[in-house]
Amino acid sequence: MNWKSWGISKSPWLYHVNTGSCNNCDIEIVDCLTPKFDVERFGGKLVGSPRHADVLMVTGPMTRKSKPRFERILEASAKPFIVAAVGTCACSKGMFHDAYNCIGPVRKVTEALDEEIMVLNIPGCPPRPEAIIDGLVTGLNQLKEVKL
Amino acid sequence: MVGSLVFDFFVFPGLLFTLAAGILASWVVRKVSALIQWRVGPPLLQPAYDIAKLFGKENIIPKGGAEWSYIIAPLLGPAGLLLASIILVNSNYLGTSFIGDVIVVLYLLVLPALSVVVGGMSTGNSLSAMGSNRELRLMVSYELPLLLAVTAAIVKSGGLKLAIFTARPVAASVSGALGFIAALLCIQAELGFIPFDTPEAETELMGGPLIEYSGPLLGLYKISNLMALLVLPLFLVTVFLGGFSTGWGALWGAIKYLLVLVGIILIKNTNPRLRSDQALKFFWYGAAPLALIALILAVVGDLIGIGWV
Repeated sequence: MNWKSWGISKSPWLYHVNTGSCNNCDIEIVDCLTPKFDVERFGGKLVGSPRHADVLMVTGPMTRKSKPRFERILEASAKPFIVAAVGTCACSKGMFHDAYNCIGPVRKVTEALDEEIMVLNIPGCPPRPEAIIDGLVTGLNQLKEVKL
Repeated sequence: MVGSLVFDFFVFPGLLFTLAAGILASWVVRKVSALIQWRVGPPLLQPAYDIAKLFGKENIIPKGGAEWSYIIAPLLGPAGLLLASIILVNSNYLGTSFIGDVIVVLYLLVLPALSVVVGGMSTGNSLSAMGSNRELRLMVSYELPLLLAVTAAIVKSGGLKLAIFTARPVAASVSGALGFIAALLCIQAELGFIPFDTPEAETELMGGPLIEYSGPLLGLYKISNLMALLVLPLFLVTVFLGGFSTGWGALWGAIKYLLVLVGIILIKNTNPRLRSDQALKFFWYGAAPLALIALILAVVGDLIGIGWV
């Protein structure tokens, strides 16, 4: 077990990045913090600065305008961190598959920048809060064995 | 002699004890807040996980900042609180106290806020500079009523030693009770809790002075917060509520500490955030006159010799 990835799996601080999403997934991410779903049970909390982030929650199909901003956030984040692509758009571009202005999915952009960044896909349009928490916890449990 | 000093600094009232108790206190804060908001809340060791994780992360030093003060500032807070904790616990537990240790502890308790100001100013980020500015303004507002309230307690108990305060609870008199209320509000601001959390306002300043900090240095700030959660209520308990002693007295002291902590958490969870100018007005026109009345009552009671005033 790698202690750095163990630490991240025990206290994942979430940072919310919108790369051109329709705001549906964003609302569902905020839903995870409400009393009914309470992501703090797993140590998660929303932080305001990428320097504090462990999990970048990315939503949206990555428009051309948002790509440079997203890359700057990736550079500003303190390593090690993982990227969670929330929603079908972020996972596979979804209905924007042939759109001229979208250069996603998220994994393509992170791989072009740095191949070692891990991407966790949480599909759904939008994924329910239960699905987001389930995906996050499952992914973080597997992360414990990985060296970041 | 050296062995006992090392033990003091690193084991019992020092590093290990303060960290462990601070982690528990921080968990109590988060759990009670969660219960008030009808949530489940984090597991017991969550603050420890947070700190362990932060020490495994990358340490980024911003380009436009002042490098040395950026690295040294986070160390100030834990250092000051560690010394304050050793003085406080030893004067309660062993009765070892020297003349003027109240004043030393008051000065040491300024260090965490000062470290946040220095750290925030040296990052070169405009949001964190604004946060430091607000922290400084908050310090100016709460130091006056805190000092007045502690002066009232000094007059009431008749000495500058912490060991004298623990002989009889100061708060069991009118002036002591008024001073305790004023000091409790100041402690709320010193901990940076709502309603006085303008410096770290997450929704507008994104974490305020700490916005550029990452990894171990952010972990040091978190450790400083944990220790403050132990030391500041303990200071109130020692000065106003009669402190604690060995044996059953330690249990009674722990109950008093927990009551003060839960009171602070309840204030935190049932109030909105005040603006900087509102906080200043609250402390200078609200809490400071209260503490001044407590001081006058204490002096009058001392002169004409009535114990309960």
